Amino acid sequence: MPANVERKKKKSKGRVKWSNLYTFSCFRPPAPASNRLDFGQPGFTRVVFCNDSGKHKTKPYKYSGNDVTTTKYNVITFLPKSLFEQFRRVANLYFLLVAVLSVTSLAPFSPLSLIAPLVFVVGISMLKEGVEDWHRFIQDMEVNSRKVNVHIGGGVFVDRQWKMLRVGDVVKVNKNEYFPSDLLLLSSSYEDGVCYVETMNLDGETNLKIKRCLECTLGFDEEIKFSKFKAVVRCEDPNSSLYTFVANLEFGDVDDSNDLDLNSSYPVSPSQFLLRDSKLQNTDYVYGVVIFTGRDTKVVRNSMKSPSKRSRVERKMDHVIYVLFFMLLLISLIASVGSVMYTDRDQTDKEWWYLRLMDDRDASFDPGNPLVSGFLQFLRALILYGYLIPISLYVSIEVVKFLQAMLINNDQDLFDEVSGKSVEARTSNLNEELGQVEMVLTDKTGTLTCNQMEFRKCSIEGVSYGGDVNEIVRAASQRMNIDIQSYRFNLDGDDSTPRDSMETVEISSDHVNESKNSILDGEHDMKNLGGIKGFNFGDKRLMNKMWIHGSNVWDMMMFFRVMALCHTGIPVENEGQSGNHRLKYEAESPEEVTFLIAAQEFGFQFCRRTQSLLFVKEIDPSGLEVEREYKLLNLLEFSSSRKRMSVIVRDEFGQIFLLCKGADNTIFDRLGDGGRAYQHATTMHLANYAEDGLRTMVFAYKKIKDSEYEEWSSSFSKAKAIIGPGREELLENVSEIIEKDLVLLGAVAVDDKLQDGVAECIDKLAQAGLKIWLLTGDKKETAVNIGFACSLLRHDMHLFNLSLSREVESKNELKAMKDDILNQIEASYRATINEKTKDDPFALVVDGKALEIALRNDTRDEFLQLAVNCASVICCRVSPKQKALITRLVKKYTGKMTLAIGDGANDVGMIQEADIGIGISGMEGMQAVMASDFSMPQFRFLERLLIVHGHWCYKRISKMILYFVYKNIVFGLTLFYYELYSRFSGDVLYDGWYMVMFNLFLTSLPVISLGVLEQDVSSDICLQFPALYQQGQKGIFFSWKRIIGWMGNGVLTSLVISILNVYILSPSAFRKGGQVVDIAHLGVTTYTTIVWTVNCQIALIITHFTWIQHIFIWGSIFSWYLFLLFYGALPPAYSNREYKLLVEAVGPAPMYWMVVLLVVVISLLPYFIYMVIQRSFYPMDDHVIQEMKYGRKVVVDDETWLREKQSSRKATHIGFSARVDAKILYLKDQLHKKRMFIIKSITNSPIRRSISVNPLENRD
Amino acid sequence: MSNPPPPMSSTPAEPQDPSSPRRNSKRPKYSRFTQQELPACKPILTPRWVISVFLLVTIVFVPIGLASLFASRDVVEIVNRYDDQCAPSGSRSDKVRFIQSAADKTCNRTLTVPKHMKQPIYVYYQLDNFYQNHRRYVKSRSDQQLRNKNDENETNTCKPEDTTENGTTIVPCGLVAWSMFNDTFSFSTNKNVQLPITKKGISWKSDRDHKFGKDVFPKNFQNGKLIGGAHLNESIPLSAQEDLIVWMRTAALPTFRKLYGKIEVDLQAGDTINVIMQNNYNTYSFNGKKKLVLSTASWLGGKNNFIGIAYLAVGGLCFVLAMIFTIIYLVKPRRLGDPTYLSWNRSPGGH
Repeated sequence: MPANVERKKKKSKGRVKWSNLYTFSCFRPPAPASNRLDFGQPGFTRVVFCNDSGKHKTKPYKYSGNDVTTTKYNVITFLPKSLFEQFRRVANLYFLLVAVLSVTSLAPFSPLSLIAPLVFVVGISMLKEGVEDWHRFIQDMEVNSRKVNVHIGGGVFVDRQWKMLRVGDVVKVNKNEYFPSDLLLLSSSYEDGVCYVETMNLDGETNLKIKRCLECTLGFDEEIKFSKFKAVVRCEDPNSSLYTFVANLEFGDVDDSNDLDLNSSYPVSPSQFLLRDSKLQNTDYVYGVVIFTGRDTKVVRNSMKSPSKRSRVERKMDHVIYVLFFMLLLISLIASVGSVMYTDRDQTDKEWWYLRLMDDRDASFDPGNPLVSGFLQFLRALILYGYLIPISLYVSIEVVKFLQAMLINNDQDLFDEVSGKSVEARTSNLNEELGQVEMVLTDKTGTLTCNQMEFRKCSIEGVSYGGDVNEIVRAASQRMNIDIQSYRFNLDGDDSTPRDSMETVEISSDHVNESKNSILDGEHDMKNLGGIKGFNFGDKRLMNKMWIHGSNVWDMMMFFRVMALCHTGIPVENEGQSGNHRLKYEAESPEEVTFLIAAQEFGFQFCRRTQSLLFVKEIDPSGLEVEREYKLLNLLEFSSSRKRMSVIVRDEFGQIFLLCKGADNTIFDRLGDGGRAYQHATTMHLANYAEDGLRTMVFAYKKIKDSEYEEWSSSFSKAKAIIGPGREELLENVSEIIEKDLVLLGAVAVDDKLQDGVAECIDKLAQAGLKIWLLTGDKKETAVNIGFACSLLRHDMHLFNLSLSREVESKNELKAMKDDILNQIEASYRATINEKTKDDPFALVVDGKALEIALRNDTRDEFLQLAVNCASVICCRVSPKQKALITRLVKKYTGKMTLAIGDGANDVGMIQEADIGIGISGMEGMQAVMASDFSMPQFRFLERLLIVHGHWCYKRISKMILYFVYKNIVFGLTLFYYELYSRFSGDVLYDGWYMVMFNLFLTSLPVISLGVLEQDVSSDICLQFPALYQQGQKGIFFSWKRIIGWMGNGVLTSLVISILNVYILSPSAFRKGGQVVDIAHLGVTTYTTIVWTVNCQIALIITHFTWIQHIFIWGSIFSWYLFLLFYGALPPAYSNREYKLLVEAVGPAPMYWMVVLLVVVISLLPYFIYMVIQRSFYPMDDHVIQEMKYGRKVVVDDETWLREKQSSRKATHIGFSARVDAKILYLKDQLHKKRMFIIKSITNSPIRRSISVNPLENRD
Repeated sequence: MSNPPPPMSSTPAEPQDPSSPRRNSKRPKYSRFTQQELPACKPILTPRWVISVFLLVTIVFVPIGLASLFASRDVVEIVNRYDDQCAPSGSRSDKVRFIQSAADKTCNRTLTVPKHMKQPIYVYYQLDNFYQNHRRYVKSRSDQQLRNKNDENETNTCKPEDTTENGTTIVPCGLVAWSMFNDTFSFSTNKNVQLPITKKGISWKSDRDHKFGKDVFPKNFQNGKLIGGAHLNESIPLSAQEDLIVWMRTAALPTFRKLYGKIEVDLQAGDTINVIMQNNYNTYSFNGKKKLVLSTASWLGGKNNFIGIAYLAVGGLCFVLAMIFTIIYLVKPRRLGDPTYLSWNRSPGGH
């Protein structure tokens, strides 16, 4: 089989014993076997018979299967469970009660008209639940039916579905595959049984973890060998702790086929434990035994039930419903008490003789039983005035939100060409919530960055390559140029004098020439790349061997050698690209890969590695390519405490070099006296790089004399041989000895590539008043780098670091840790409220461990207070659980609307916990998306989603609910007022069909068009004026003031309608023929006025009329007449009182039409006057902007427009623009100083000096 | 394919052929609706609009108001309350006893015509505090039975007046018909000329033609122990019994008028009219008033000053508002789209 051959080939290539290369912690020799006695005790009961999964078919060893379900329901539980969910809503319970009552004789309307909407609402919601659950089911199916290679005995491995996997199975997982369950690592393609695991889905960390198998199982590295493999694992019970695993492997001699003879036992540590949902990388294959399956796996145990979310508007709507419910109870009570009082007075049959209450008693009007009558009347009233609590509101909201979600899904501007995906609203519940977000909690890797490293810049011998004009400076100078124009027109003339700007022109013009292309469109010039991934560098001085013409070629070469030699990577064949000889690399960290790629581009191609030799194809200063081999003597590996890595190599000429790379300060500390030649320049460059958010690393080297090396080597070997706790420390100390007196070569800057448009998006969001917190599992340095890259941090910020000091951490005492953190928080907090620095920007960087302490009950308040005062907050090294915890606390204690965005499984908790969770769908791995409320392919779509769609949806839903409340109050109360005229007998003024029609046809479509199509301003203006978004954050469109206002308007309107109709139409004739009105006539007239009024009212609310709104509004009114006509034309058996009502009775009567006109105008007048006054004297931002845009015939890019656009941004300290602003200030300051200097030097006249000094003083 | 793909590198970000159908299918389709770019008019409430709207209302409302006031002024209406005078003075129980007794209930009233009344003059009776809209009352009828001879037995909605004591159906059944108004009026001038009252055409035509059957005759009506109101002539079909038809149109409010008949003779100003009435109907037990109303009708109907005044008032109010806003805009105009009103300009830094 060719496939097999190929695999074998690969395997032989991969046979490098990593354990020999590494020096420190990773490959500690196994501690002597100590048999744990607590196995078999509670908590440690699990027994796994490896390679014998048949034993796990029966109890007590029968464990759960490997299929994972995330669904909420199954076929049987769906109906009862989802129904229960539905009727947990108070409103639905009320509707259910009403529906039940409607089947009794109490109901004023047909049962259908009450039951149908309920069924619809509940049905739609259940359907939605069902569909969502179905999607989850499909997702589960997809995961469960992934294939994995399982040993079926006799050394034969076959593909099986994940769900078929059973505890004890031996599986083979290939490169780039996910582990199907929690596995015990047996062996790998590497000789020494190591493998690389990517755990991004678990904790978000991007660097690979190394796992290593037990030595005793090392031999099982071929399929055929597993026919004889037998072992028993005794281990802990399933739990959720990701980083612990306690087990014993009992393992017999391979030759013994008797499985009971397990003579030795080995302790298993977490480093042999492979977790489900992590991924095998850089390793061709591993063999492992299934330990935990399905819901026993650690990752599943870590997952949380997805909570159902409701938007704030909807929760507030519940309160509105309560108010309405109270109103309903009140008027029902009035009605029933009134009815009882009247009925009670009718004791003698003489009084209201025509009612004959004493004959054939009606329970509702039984004078002998007033309590029962009252109660029945009360129930009837509850149903009758149920129009106050509109079930149709829920129906309409469902419909509108569905349509809104559809519009979001179909927005072309939210479509990503690259991934072919679009923003998707996965639940439509939260649309309006998008318009009120105040806090964005974002993941880093995969969300802000695309998890790609790029080599961007380097500084060699104090010369910086790769361009040094950073974008901030470019943008600043460009902006200053624009500013000059606007300042000329700026009447307010605050801080700039014309003279000022003139000089700006002179200075900035040369900058501007440098870059004609706009910075903010986010495109780096890609022309130089030639499509090389990980290499974005375009300096002619270094490319194409040009560096050999430089001055100090030797140092250059050393620099490139560090790049090519000081790493742990290996080259892999680059298939398919036979044309050029470029290699691809794999290494522990992506940075190393970029260094190798860059070195290759510069002509130092690292091409081969054996156990002790490194082969590099080098460009000689002569320009020829030669292959050199270096003997790897030692590798002093990277660790977070050392912050550096060194290799000691011997070159072909026998010279020994120590090549070192590491963080700037650690290297600078170890430079020798002769090695500091470029330190000053390099430091400057490093600062520049870091401000651009580039990840920097400093390179240094040292030539070692043979004797020196021998001496050191022996002490190092001694240290290496030590077994015990002090080993690591000792090794570090020994390494220290050799890593000194280094010679600085230079620095490199690597770009953790941001996704497209991230910086701009963050910029816009910050201007719109959103706070952005970065929560990442990555280490602090990386997080801070990204903070700079996406302008969450900048250099003039006061940066507070919150982390446990070393001493405290080592002591591991809670009290001390707490005190430590509290002190730090207080010190920082004092700084933020200090008068002098109050307006300065602050940033907070918190470490995961510190965060754990800070989020405890007694320090939480202080911490959050500090955090809220900071412009940006970065939390690094946080676990998924902590992410969720932070989100919950921020949500709870600041009361702000939070949005969490992330891409990996480690963000799921945060996504579920936040008010809105957004999953990035561009990458692989769907867990985040599955848990999210919205999914988007790229972070940058957040801007449009929030600022345009969120703003619209919020306004739409708010307006819609308010109008709905108004409309139903108007209608419901007219029913009630009529009771006053009918002795609270519960008679209905309107025909049953009118009642049904009202919310179904006559008023529904305009509301829906309001909820779907309303736009206060168009999308581009939303984006141009981020301040508009703050209307949502402040919640002004659904404030109690407004709610009460609309309720009041509704009450007023209903009064106007009822009173005018009654007084105008009665008692004298309303027609030329002398006819007087009866119930049908009064009912139809009142109803007509209501239809007109509520529909005209919505026309006043809507500010954006497309043909759809016109058709819906005027069509609704028209359809009312159409309905009347049609209904009246039916034979009287069907139309009853309404027979020929329009054509015969009210239609020809001028009075009818006059009443309608009068009532509509009077009803709308109060709102109209309110509107006029508000518009004229207290216009809101959207009003003014509408006027600016549409009201006058002005060009959109005139001065005012531009200026207001500029100033509508919220004052913020983060974001690209803010940095540009700061830079401009700085540049201006410099200009002034320069000018002052010139002026001073030219003229020393005191008078002139005083003139020119003045503006400067003003500025301060 | 005529155009082979260029031998480029394999970066994943490399844009694919844009015309490939797979990606196009996922891209949201463009339509003005889905992109929310439908052409729309965005009316803005400018001062000019505000003033125009108010003036428009004024211009429309004032003439209508005047016209209806004039129409209402032309209507001559004589209202005469007779329940008090046509019953023995005393307590309510006296009156109730009187009305329930077999005594002669004839009552003479004299009306004076204040102004020329053009025919047709509509004769109404007006009842007060009478709840024809009481739920128990309203539903106590059977439209089916009224319409159709065959549905005579459809009386289950008519309780308690559905059948006689021995179980035979009552036509028309129900409380509404049972309590039909039974005062009668006859009019003569002071010259003792009888004024004929037509009862033809006092009901809605659709009622006569479609809701009350031509072949349905009263049966067992008012035969029970309790006598409510009027008796019906059992030889006349319901469709011809217009008094009943009018009564069966239940009034919406407790104070209502119902057409009694029409006098199709002009009455001169100063004429006195003698009314001989049979005061049979019991409103005394619930303190209801009974009034006799003679009224002409204009195009607007009966006398109704309210609507005219309301129109004039709204028209006037809008005129005042128009003036106020005009003055405001003249004195202290707000420039349209004045940026100083923007929130960030009103409270700089505070947002």
